[in-house]
Amino acid sequence: MKQAGGWLWRVSLVNLLFLYGPIAVLILFSFNASRLSATWQGWSWQWYRALWANQPLLDATANSLWVATVSTLLALLLGVGLAVGLEGLPGRRQRQIEQAMLMPLVIPEVMMGVSLLLFFVLLRIPLSLMTVIVGHALFNVPVVMIIVRARLRKLDPRLLEVAADLGASYWDALRHVTIPLLRPAILGAGLMSFTISLDDFIVTYFTAGPGATTLPLKVYSMIKSGMSPEINALSALFVMVSMGLIGFSLLLQRR
Amino acid sequence: MCINGMRLFLCLLMLLLWGTVSCQRTSGDAGQKTLHYFTWSDYVGPELLAEFERRHGVRVVVDTFSSNEELLAKLQGGATGYDVTVPSDFMAAIMIQQGLVAELDLRMLPNAATLEDHLQHLPFDPTQRYAIPYLWGTVGIGYDSAVVSTPPDSWAVLWDPRYKGKISMLNDQREVFGAVLRSMGASMNTKDPALIEAAKARLLVQKPLVKAYASEHYDQLLASGDVVLAHGWGGPVARAMLDRPSIRYVVPKEGGTLWADCLVVLKSSPQKELATQFINYLLEPQVAARTAERLLFASANKAARPFVPSRILDNPAIYPPLDLLPRLEWMTDVGEALRMYDRAWTELKMH
Repeated sequence: MKQAGGWLWRVSLVNLLFLYGPIAVLILFSFNASRLSATWQGWSWQWYRALWANQPLLDATANSLWVATVSTLLALLLGVGLAVGLEGLPGRRQRQIEQAMLMPLVIPEVMMGVSLLLFFVLLRIPLSLMTVIVGHALFNVPVVMIIVRARLRKLDPRLLEVAADLGASYWDALRHVTIPLLRPAILGAGLMSFTISLDDFIVTYFTAGPGATTLPLKVYSMIKSGMSPEINALSALFVMVSMGLIGFSLLLQRR
Repeated sequence: MCINGMRLFLCLLMLLLWGTVSCQRTSGDAGQKTLHYFTWSDYVGPELLAEFERRHGVRVVVDTFSSNEELLAKLQGGATGYDVTVPSDFMAAIMIQQGLVAELDLRMLPNAATLEDHLQHLPFDPTQRYAIPYLWGTVGIGYDSAVVSTPPDSWAVLWDPRYKGKISMLNDQREVFGAVLRSMGASMNTKDPALIEAAKARLLVQKPLVKAYASEHYDQLLASGDVVLAHGWGGPVARAMLDRPSIRYVVPKEGGTLWADCLVVLKSSPQKELATQFINYLLEPQVAARTAERLLFASANKAARPFVPSRILDNPAIYPPLDLLPRLEWMTDVGEALRMYDRAWTELKMH
């Protein structure tokens, strides 16, 4: 028993190394004094300083933050409404709708990108930052729905009955009982969608129009003109922010 | 309290959405005009853009793409709103053919009159009706003269077993086949199946010597000494020279590719006049010279030469010596033969 445990421990260690090794190297080399990504020449902050002075990159960051914020709010509005609304339906319908809503999570992202692009072009909606936001909200709605529904399932149904007994209408109960109880899940879902939106490349790639270059798109095109440690520095910051947000989100969901 | 929270949330959401929409609408027409420039990453100095903005009282928004194919896909997919973009020569030809590019008013482009002689009549647009060359250069071999002691003058050096594992080739089928075809004395635009087959056989022989097929980071491979011979565009080789002064650049005697990235106004551009002014601005001698200095690619405007520092002008990796010209060749559309190149390239990569 103890031996098996030791063996498993080693396997998980290798797994962790496999997952985090490349990221560790990336972060390490963002402090490299040399311009060449392959040779180590000592510690330096210069790439973080260069990052700060790179206006196109900062613009792209602003775009990314904007898209993530607005699409998250949109996804929260739709996703929470969906999760709460589904509870009131009979079980079979509930499952059907839930499965249909999971579609954006299971179809390949490329297909979602292409279909969104065709959709916008067909409706003659010019591609812009707006179309990116709508695209991101689309794949974030199911994420919000799943997280909020999981929390909703754990709520004691008697709480709502008590509220009704005390004369609360459906809406009162929703406002004063359900939503406050769901708050950690909603916040967690929001942080999760924010992170997914911030990191998304494929859907953004297809739906971005003039003035809508987000950070991942910018980084991808930067690689063309040569890998620079600036990209390492930027990626390191991005990894930190994403991991921080995800960690925070998990913490909130546990509460 | 929760009602307020909900209302606040909805108000905030509406405000943000409205903000996004209106911010883009105003950028379209009323008040300050906005020019949308769709280009390669880091292909124009920000201070040059700021100067254009000041001069014309407009805003310039830059979006970036990472390959010619991406640019084409984006435009074919129906992206509108971009005004000016910079395809490479062969892609400019395709875009013109597909009717994506607007005709230019040459009277508004006085700076296009002083283009380098050999760039005045591009094979796919001999009268400059659609495309104005912006930057140009060659494809050749970057090598480390500290290791490769006899300066190579032929593509054959890329088959030299002494440099096994120290050679990088572009990750670009037409360029790689182009180099081999030239070394065989053929045109890089051949449609002859036998020649393509023979070129593939030569590449298969070379493959064990090749460390990487890289189009993006061969400047780093050269500068760090991971490779000592790199098939590639001159600009990145010039960048490698900054880190390792022993790097040299040569276009082999059998000849190589001549390329130019071209400025075009898109047919879907809502403000073609401003777009044309922008192209004219980028070609202004001093602006063009600063661009050449920053990007380490030669400017297409001959009038820019006096403003380019001599270390740039005399670097053959950046400014190809003009006596090379007879040996250089434009890469042109090979039509149906492209499938043969595709297949041969895939076989090479799979082998």
